[in-house]
Amino acid sequence: MTARPRRTLASAAEPVLVVDDLRVSFPNRDGGRTEAVRGVSFALGRERLGIVGESGSGKSQTGRAILGLTAPEGLVTANRLEFNGVDLLRCTPRQRRELRGGRIAMVLQDPKFSLNPVMTIGEQVVETLRAHTRMSSSQARSKALAALEAVQIDQPERVYKLYPHEVSGGMGQRAMIAMMLIADPDLLIADEPTSALDVTVQLQVLAILDALVIQRGMGLIFISHDLRLVSTFCDRILVMYAGRVVEEVSAGGLADAKHPYTRGLLNCLPKLADDRHPLPTLDRQPEWAL
Amino acid sequence: MSELGAKHAEQVGIEVKHLRVSYDGFVAVADTSLRVGAGESFGIVGESGSGKSTVLRAICGLAPMQSGTVQLVGSATSPLPLPGSKSFRRLVQMVFQDPYGSLHPRQTVDRILAEPLAIHHIGDAELRIERALDEVGLGTGFRFRYPHQLSGGQRQRIAIARALILEPQILLLDEPTSALDASVQAEVLNLLEDLRRKRGLTFIMVSHDLAVVTHMCERLMVMQRGQTVELLSAADLAASRVRQQYTRNLMLASTGFSRAVSNT
Repeated sequence: MTARPRRTLASAAEPVLVVDDLRVSFPNRDGGRTEAVRGVSFALGRERLGIVGESGSGKSQTGRAILGLTAPEGLVTANRLEFNGVDLLRCTPRQRRELRGGRIAMVLQDPKFSLNPVMTIGEQVVETLRAHTRMSSSQARSKALAALEAVQIDQPERVYKLYPHEVSGGMGQRAMIAMMLIADPDLLIADEPTSALDVTVQLQVLAILDALVIQRGMGLIFISHDLRLVSTFCDRILVMYAGRVVEEVSAGGLADAKHPYTRGLLNCLPKLADDRHPLPTLDRQPEWAL
Repeated sequence: MSELGAKHAEQVGIEVKHLRVSYDGFVAVADTSLRVGAGESFGIVGESGSGKSTVLRAICGLAPMQSGTVQLVGSATSPLPLPGSKSFRRLVQMVFQDPYGSLHPRQTVDRILAEPLAIHHIGDAELRIERALDEVGLGTGFRFRYPHQLSGGQRQRIAIARALILEPQILLLDEPTSALDASVQAEVLNLLEDLRRKRGLTFIMVSHDLAVVTHMCERLMVMQRGQTVELLSAADLAASRVRQQYTRNLMLASTGFSRAVSNT
């Protein structure tokens, strides 16, 4: 394998990822197909984009389709699905594999289930690194240690040797971020990266992610169900409902959201200094899903 | 309902004194005391590993108590059941966090709800199951479904129905909505409040979400690493009248990410 071609110095305005009319469908019991994602379009530059929606809204399937991780029976179509000028839908599996982990990386929700339980954390970081770059094992080791340090793990030497069950959720998630960032990707897709973590740990992990995105000038897609958290973290937010983007809001403009679904979602959260009994619930209108 | 209802018609509260739970030398709960009056709603807040769930588990006998006492309190003249007894378990029921893990995957809703009735030798199961399903807003159409055919919110309603079918007086809620979507969370919280009002239940609710606990409870306790950090009323918390820095940090964290804070 030759060294990875250096990334072209794209101007900030040029999008890293272009998604146009993305559709993902799965066969259902009646012999037809159910569309989980129904025509999602967006362009992503070097920015933090949030995708928010509830279970079943198609937010995770959108992320997985970009990475090429849709389950084999799923069908992905789009007018355009391009990453840095590479047409992802017409890639060979080999090209796709090289992109995945190397230039597009994904952080998953629960470190308990998405790390390999029988490999030490260090070995897993090294595995990712050596899958994409050729280097000696001692070189890989020192790069892995540096990566663990970059995600603010205090004693990288110690954590390197630990197995996933021996570390806390926050530590596991940091290790996963280290693993994803070690190949220096252009695009990071984070699917509920902090949902399994405590609030205070959540913020530490977000701060690390935030700093890395800014330093390295990556694009970030942050998928979450937590509208309030995403609005404090991302530059803009796509709100998804039933497989479609129903609204795009800028980070500060959450209060001005127009769509009744977005407003309903915000409204049904209990607030600290607010006494509302009973809580307003979301009255789902059939026309939202049209 | 009538003869059973009459037996435990009056409300009971619960008192925990100097509770200590440890596993192989690891102290999960150091020395916790709390008193929840009859009909009151009490919250326990803390991060993972703070011991908040262990307190609930110790109350209902699922965690080994090293020392301390748990007892029911009420205005009853007759003695109240002791922890560990069958009648205590009937009065004190628990709803668990994960609706995907707490229902038997190979039992229908009917069977799940019939089991506690069988254990406690309670008759007219038929009628009670139908009523329990109605109460949690599901209706009898759900009776012969399996858990995998239900959504997360529906499963949590089944778990609530299973706890309520024994007509308990105290409900222990261990993060009942943390696995649910925001809109479903609102529905389940409303359901719980409604049931509490109708039946005069006493709640102890554990959550890592300050806003949820303040919404549901009148008083709350903040825990950290097995220790009680602070006891305060929901009104105090809502108005930020807190004494401990730890509580303040939790409050700040619950408002979301802020670049200014995380840089300091």
